[in-house]
Amino acid sequence: MLDYLASRLAQLLLVLFGVSVVVFIAMHLLPGDVATLLLGDRATAASLARLRHQLGLDQPVLVQYSRFLIGALQGNFGTSLRDNRPAFAEVLAAFPVTLELTLAALALAVAIGVPLGVLAALKEGTWVDTAITTPTLFGVSMPIFWLGLMALLLFSEKLGWLPVGGMMPVGARMARPTGLSIVDAAWSGQPALVWQAVRHLLLPAATLATIPLASITRITRGEMLSSMHLDYVRTARAKGLPEGRVIRAHILRNALIPIVTVIGLQLGLLLSGAVLTETIFSLPGLGRLMVDAILARDYPVVQAGAVFVAAVFVLVNFGVDLCYAMLDPRIRRS
Amino acid sequence: MSETAVLARPPAAFSAALGQPAARIGLGIVLLFLFLCAFAPLIAPYNPYEQNLMSALAPPTLAHPLGTDQYGRDVASRVFYGARYALLAIIVGDGMALAVGTAMGLAGGYLGGAADAVIMRVVDVLLAFPYLLLALIIVAALGPSLLHSMIAIGVVYTPQYARLVRGQVLGVRQSDFVRAARALGASTRRIVLRHVAPNSLSPVIVMATLQAGAVVVETAGLSFLGLGAQPPSPDWGALLADGQNYFLTAWWIATFPGLAIFLVVLGFNLLGDALRHEFDPRAR
Repeated sequence: MLDYLASRLAQLLLVLFGVSVVVFIAMHLLPGDVATLLLGDRATAASLARLRHQLGLDQPVLVQYSRFLIGALQGNFGTSLRDNRPAFAEVLAAFPVTLELTLAALALAVAIGVPLGVLAALKEGTWVDTAITTPTLFGVSMPIFWLGLMALLLFSEKLGWLPVGGMMPVGARMARPTGLSIVDAAWSGQPALVWQAVRHLLLPAATLATIPLASITRITRGEMLSSMHLDYVRTARAKGLPEGRVIRAHILRNALIPIVTVIGLQLGLLLSGAVLTETIFSLPGLGRLMVDAILARDYPVVQAGAVFVAAVFVLVNFGVDLCYAMLDPRIRRS
Repeated sequence: MSETAVLARPPAAFSAALGQPAARIGLGIVLLFLFLCAFAPLIAPYNPYEQNLMSALAPPTLAHPLGTDQYGRDVASRVFYGARYALLAIIVGDGMALAVGTAMGLAGGYLGGAADAVIMRVVDVLLAFPYLLLALIIVAALGPSLLHSMIAIGVVYTPQYARLVRGQVLGVRQSDFVRAARALGASTRRIVLRHVAPNSLSPVIVMATLQAGAVVVETAGLSFLGLGAQPPSPDWGALLADGQNYFLTAWWIATFPGLAIFLVVLGFNLLGDALRHEFDPRAR
């Protein structure tokens, strides 16, 4: 296991290094340069040259990259061109919103998708199976930015059940120690605020969960079906184990590794989908921050956000890898 | 994936796939989509750019079957013309990913050694980004535009093709017919292009079909965020973004472009699933 850990850690560092190179190169492809962006088109050549020298833009690319890398390791990506705040601080402030949305969507997708997949497999070929698998096909084809709008139209505008957007009602006051609205509301000791936070999160999380839910249901059904007819399952039944135990301890347990893999893979989908969901539901998360920064050409924030999200993504995938290396000894031996 | 999954011959697999009702529905939707792309000027009742402020935000009627937008433009005509943007996204985005990714996979898988190591590390790094984030970084670097959003989506999907083709090639290059060609003195180029590539490409066809739908939804997503097609293009994502501002009062502006995206993606997914089912017997 230690060898496996060391080799995965080395790969992780290499990938993180690659991520920093990609982001650095992308920002160097920018039309114009940062000095022109900061000073505007009317700046004189002398003032542009002075600023380029101050920012180190007149240095060789390798020197610039080393400065960027050292800054990135210290969480220093410069200041936002829009409000002069440290870019990384803006990213960290927006991250809890995206984290809460992503975790809520993943929890919904797993909590509903795995039981639905198991049920569809157990009822293979019946109307129950069809009633579960047909909507999953629609689910994986759904443009979530459209689904979100339609959900808002139905549940907020027509039925009035849920709020139109945002994280909390206007005027709600509470301390924000974590930035996670449900946790902060619970921390404030006001049950009404917790309920409001849940109501605000429900529609965005359900929208974001659509595609992962469909994928998890499909993979769970598939894995259950391929495990159901194996010899060890027949043996378990032959020795008289109750059916519930055969399903839980023998079929589902062995089907879980590919399911965990798919759940890990959903993270990229969720982080990507969060960008669109945050836009529709006016949530001040990382995705929304980055899109606004791109549109405003606020490159320090784009850089900080890109490196941060990619690093989180890589680290979580590393964690998922470790999880199934622990679950399945064959993986760490290969 | 080190073993070869190429077991069914393409023409036979296509016929078998089309035996499934879901695949026929998928093919029907895709053909309808292509028909719209080809004949949009003949089918569209109005010029998609023509404004008529007198009939702005009109709900669906006989004169405007899908209603009008805030400038009085006919939503049906804009949705029909929008199909062309979706097709363009497939040709540029999916086509670029397929061409570059296949070339990378063929080179890495067949040459092995340092070339393979370098290519696979590039692939690993590109896969280390959540796909839309990578697209955002590329659009940020090149500037928001329809072409740049398509290129960005192309780059995002390239590593997936590279990985798939490399896996196939690793299996095929050990086959007897490749060894025979090598023993007969065939050049590397001839072996790769005449023997390895044709026998590695079946899963690529499946991936290209499934990714076509994904490319449509993702370029539309970038346009929706304001980073792809710009107004007044009738791109479906841009139409949705337009409709978002009016969706509480004029639901039809956003509803129909979204429905069009959903149907096209569904069509490609149904077709791709059926092809995967036939091409790769392990998926059955």
